[in-house]
Amino acid sequence: MSTEQIDRQWTTRLRKRVAGKLPPEKMLPDTQPAYVASWIYVFGVATLAALGVVIATGCLLAIRGPQWWHQSYIGHFVNSMHLWSVEIFFFAMVVHLWGKYFMAAWRGGRSLTWMTGVVLFLTSIATAFTGYASQTNFDSQWITTQAKDGINSTGAGAYFNVLNLGQMLMWHIVLLPLAAVALTGLHVVLVRLKGVVPPFEENATVGTPS
Amino acid sequence: MKKFRPDVDAPEYKGGHAPYDIIKEGTIALVVVALLTVIFATVFGSPDETQVTIKTWSTAMPVDFATTALSELNGTSGTAGYGPPYNHASTGQQIGPLKLAQWVGVRIPLNPTKDFVINPLASLPPSQPLSSSLSAWTSASAGTRSSWVGAYTKVSSKMAFTSGHVVVPSANDGPLPVMIDSLTQMARSGALDQALVTGHGFYTTDFTRVLLFLSDGSYLANKADAQHLTGEQWGMMNETGGYPGQAWLWLYTFWYQAPPFASSGNADALVWGLMMVLSLGLLAVPFIPGLRTIPRKSKVYRLIWREHYRGQA
Repeated sequence: MSTEQIDRQWTTRLRKRVAGKLPPEKMLPDTQPAYVASWIYVFGVATLAALGVVIATGCLLAIRGPQWWHQSYIGHFVNSMHLWSVEIFFFAMVVHLWGKYFMAAWRGGRSLTWMTGVVLFLTSIATAFTGYASQTNFDSQWITTQAKDGINSTGAGAYFNVLNLGQMLMWHIVLLPLAAVALTGLHVVLVRLKGVVPPFEENATVGTPS
Repeated sequence: MKKFRPDVDAPEYKGGHAPYDIIKEGTIALVVVALLTVIFATVFGSPDETQVTIKTWSTAMPVDFATTALSELNGTSGTAGYGPPYNHASTGQQIGPLKLAQWVGVRIPLNPTKDFVINPLASLPPSQPLSSSLSAWTSASAGTRSSWVGAYTKVSSKMAFTSGHVVVPSANDGPLPVMIDSLTQMARSGALDQALVTGHGFYTTDFTRVLLFLSDGSYLANKADAQHLTGEQWGMMNETGGYPGQAWLWLYTFWYQAPPFASSGNADALVWGLMMVLSLGLLAVPFIPGLRTIPRKSKVYRLIWREHYRGQA
């Protein structure tokens, strides 16, 4: 097989494209611009860490099924960890979002990074909601019977039936987490591709194009 | 040279770099978050208020249950008058001229009279006087049924639960007294819970009918009110037991407390419409002049990058 043939392969072309756009030193940098020196930057990585704990505790709950935590002390403790990791996740994510807003982090061609972050925030809200709807206790009964009116009023309730436990559980543990993890991956790759947005320069006249 | 737009373009950074160990930072973050999670879970735990069943409801409030069953027959229950996606009783909520629910239509068809009352009663083993009452109901014309339901509704304000039975003053209400009392007995035995969830066969994960019936009564709402979970109490974002719940829904819940939404019959549709617009606004912040200017004008960034600006001074 000739080198030219190999170069034309989809695999070779994709590898070269990825390596060109995102070389290892860019994906896993060992230095950062000096302005990346504020506690606000911690909340992005804290959100990622909390997502990891949310997924891990969710997987532990999945092992014995959706009603295990009502009958077992250990199950209840795992459920508590799942709940509190979600609370930490949202706290970190909201602080991260406000921080990025006040940095105007979309500047310099980073608008897609901002937009994937917002979609991820909304996806996370839907994921958390379906979790609350899947608790199989009084909270889930009340939350779903109240939430149905809002969703039904948009017409979406005809297909996204919050009173259908099986549907809510599948969205909570399969569809929405897949979307959230995929969006997180895309968001992180975009951050690594574009780098961290530089500070405002009041008198700047030269910049990176949008 | 292209004009520099400070809210869209980023200046070229020509300053220095500092060492940064991304793996170490990620590992420390994971350990700290995991530790915080364990500490919060140990100290605060999580709420688990026992689920409500038709059995607990009808045992605690038999008259409320029987009145709700009647409301499914006379069309005054929340479900009976709901509209899409359950039935054609109303057009559903709308946003101005947009009748989204009606356009999508009835996709989860539900007939409260049949699904909540007649079919469950018909699933019971044949016995008198219920069998004859059901037979009378089935063979009666719509007009006769309506007059029976009307007569029973008139005397239902004097309904009582005496010696284990639902009783009302006598009226020309045909089989209604037997049907309502039998359904109440069925509910108190726990059989109605099962009859309402097994509509799709032996295996089921769909609790639509039983939850709609539960929410038509007062028991679920009374319990929620005691736990500060109703709409007027910022309910959607709260959880039983004073836990933080879905605090991130505060803005969504806020609109339900504010005029004109608080008093609107279309509050759900309007609030959802507003939240969709606001969400799109958040998504499009980089492209909205004014919104994207606030960060630069507010100068909060000077606090975030104070080391950088101190170095420049």
